[in-house]
Amino acid sequence: MSALYFSMAVALLLTMILGLGHVFRQPGRADSLLAALLFGSTGVALVLVLGQGLGMARALDIALVFALLAAVLGVAFVLRGWPDDDSKEDPKP
Amino acid sequence: MIVLDVLTGGLLLAALFFFVAGTVGLLRFPDLYSRLHALTKADNVGLGLTVLALMLQAESWPEVFKLGLIWVLVLVASATVCFLIGNEAYRRGVKPWTNLHAGSSGRESAPSELGKKLEPTHVGCYDETEGRISP
Repeated sequence: MSALYFSMAVALLLTMILGLGHVFRQPGRADSLLAALLFGSTGVALVLVLGQGLGMARALDIALVFALLAAVLGVAFVLRGWPDDDSKEDPKP
Repeated sequence: MIVLDVLTGGLLLAALFFFVAGTVGLLRFPDLYSRLHALTKADNVGLGLTVLALMLQAESWPEVFKLGLIWVLVLVASATVCFLIGNEAYRRGVKPWTNLHAGSSGRESAPSELGKKLEPTHVGCYDETEGRISP
């Protein structure tokens, strides 16, 4: 049964790496914020599945912290850290 | 117990399908709004199915409750962050992608997009001139 969890974790990790590869190809843009959302959903699932596979009850707490951090990071980025360059590049028609 | 294990496996596979769908959407969708959509909808369904699968294996009711709590928290958080990003992007003038202006060259039509594997970051993106379509 734990083989199922581990293969699920590996597959989740692969999809996460693919998504992050897209995000990091566009540095400084709002797309980098999508990484926070990726960690908030796929990352939490990865931690949960890994915790079940390893028999770690603590994984639930770790996943809770991940979810909380993703929310706080997203809100903080939108309110304070959004780069200005992508709006300056915009030639107004 | 066998039934529960099979159910867990099936739910995990279904969850994986939704996660892959979300990542493919993130890679392939043309603008910020649709990529947000792919991440916040498909991935949350995948997480919900994962949580459901793990609930079947939980040993106590508090654990089940905690798993459900994690999912609800992620749902609320990602809905909030999705709204904030979309709202701020719209306020800053990021135009939603539209296919109405494909023109004779057909640069933004789907077939030519599909031909460019994993390199469409300059076609139809929100930060390029094609993405900020002027009428």
